[in-house]
Order: sequence, then C-alpha cells, then structure tokens
Amino acid sequence: MIWASWDAFWAMGGYGPYVWGSYGVVLLCIAIEIFSARAAQRASVHSVRTMQEETDHDATS
Amino acid sequence: MENFKIRWFHWAAPQTFYPLAGRLWPVFGLIAAVLAVAGLYLGFFVAPTDFQQGEGYRIIFVHVPVSWMSMVIYLAMAFWAFLGFTFNTRLSGMMTQALAPTGAMFTFLSLWTGALWGKPMWGAWWVWDARLTSELILFFLYMGYIALTSAIDDPRRADRAGGLLALVGAVNVPIIYFSVKWWNTLHQGASVSVTKGSSMAQTMLWAMLLMALALWAYSIAMALYRVRSIILVRERHTQWAQEVDA
Repeated sequence: MIWASWDAFWAMGGYGPYVWGSYGVVLLCIAIEIFSARAAQRASVHSVRTMQEETDHDATS
Repeated sequence: MENFKIRWFHWAAPQTFYPLAGRLWPVFGLIAAVLAVAGLYLGFFVAPTDFQQGEGYRIIFVHVPVSWMSMVIYLAMAFWAFLGFTFNTRLSGMMTQALAPTGAMFTFLSLWTGALWGKPMWGAWWVWDARLTSELILFFLYMGYIALTSAIDDPRRADRAGGLLALVGAVNVPIIYFSVKWWNTLHQGASVSVTKGSSMAQTMLWAMLLMALALWAYSIAMALYRVRSIILVRERHTQWAQEVDA
C-alpha cells in the first residue's frame, strides 16, 4: 500500500478533483453507453416482434 | 485457399454473424473487465508518485488509452468502409456504424481528461495547439458520420455516404499522431517515460498498457453488441430474423 490512508488516496496529493473528475466521467460515459446499447437491443428485438405480428396478421386476414 | 475465402464471406453474412457476435461479445467484455481491474490496481496502488507531477500524473492511465482508442476506432471504421466499397458486403457498413458511438465517446473522453490534466499542469483547460485541435476535428468527424448516416433513410445509401466520410476523414488520424513531431505543440511528445528506465517507469507503462488493452477489448465487445441491434433492425423483415427471436 503506497497510501498513508484512504483520505490521502482520495485527496490524490491535492489533484483529487482532476483525477477523480477524469475517471468519474469515463466511468459515467461507459455506464451510459452500456445502458443505451441495451436499450437499443431491446428496441430492435421489439421491432422484429412488431414486424412478425404484422406479417402474422396479414396472413390470417 | 478457396475454402478459406468462402469461410470469410460465410461469416460476412448478417445471418451468420449475428449468433457469432452474440457468442463473442461476452468473452471480450470479460477480458476488458479483468484487464481494467488489473490496470487500475497497478495504476493506483503500485505505481509510485511522479516526482514532477505528483499524483496528478495518474490521469495518464486513462487519458492515453482513450486517446489511442479514439484514433484506432476511426481507422477500424475506415477499414470496414474500405471492405464495404471493395466487396460490397452489407455487414461492413453495419460494423462501421456499430463502431462510431464508442469512437466518438472515447474522443470526447480524450478531450475531457486532457482538459482536466492540462489545467493543473499547463494552467489551461484548452489551447489551440496542433494535437488538441486535430483531436477536436476527429470528434467533429465522428459526429458528422453519426449525423450523416442517421439522416439518410436508405441503409445502403447511408453506408456508402458514411463510408466515404470514414475513409476521407482517416487522413486526420496520422495528423493527430504526428502533430507533436510536426509542430511545436504545448502537448508533450510521445510520453511514457521509458527513457528514465527505472522500475517506476516500468509499472507506469504496464498500468497504461493494461488499460489500453482493456479498452481494446471493451471496444470490440461494444461493437459486436451494437452490430447485433443494427443487424436485427435491418433484417427484421426476413425469415431468419423473426425465427432468431421466436
């Protein structure tokens, strides 16, 4: 362990806001990207289902 | 050889690539997570304080990898666009499109982490030097690609128009890379103080390389995941797409 304490770790020798501002936003962006990609996948599955229902409907009517 | 060629085109069909991508993305996702944990551990708990920049230098472990990926992903897009123009395969355009959002995100993060590093070290969030300006142009190229492809309704036409932008815009990537050599920039040259040769520089280098590999794996996982959504939407009228879901 190269840090004297957790406080020292979070302070980053006075550079805390810059260091955590960098890593925090990177993490946030990755979380948003994963979330939106999952939403897009659900939407595309939904679009296939809608297409399916339409064709099924056309077939029966 | 003939057999080999056929196999490539076999996987280039959206129908066969969809399940393959579905099997591959979790593997790359897992690799990314493991490498990122190792890289962050090395970067924050093993790598010692920099004698010039104190603890502020630790931004390097994320700034350099996101910057590398911002350029690599654009080149990957140009590569797929080139394949699309050469072989007229439908998957190429879909891969180009699947890569763009991740590339745009990493370009933004490169500028963001760079600003947060520049402020304490240079005293400025932003300077109009060649490195920073060409990276900003890269961000506009990504945005232009995304805007252009989403503005064209016909997917095949969108692929061609976007592919052209991806290919032409790729000229900017070597400009970014060599900008610190070609012009007198405030941005430092190719860093990684390997020249110091100490064990300290070694752990820093390893932390950075692990993070870079983690982002490589993450980008591949993300592109494979996203291309499945694109395939499904474009192929939604086909028999196989409706059966995949059924």
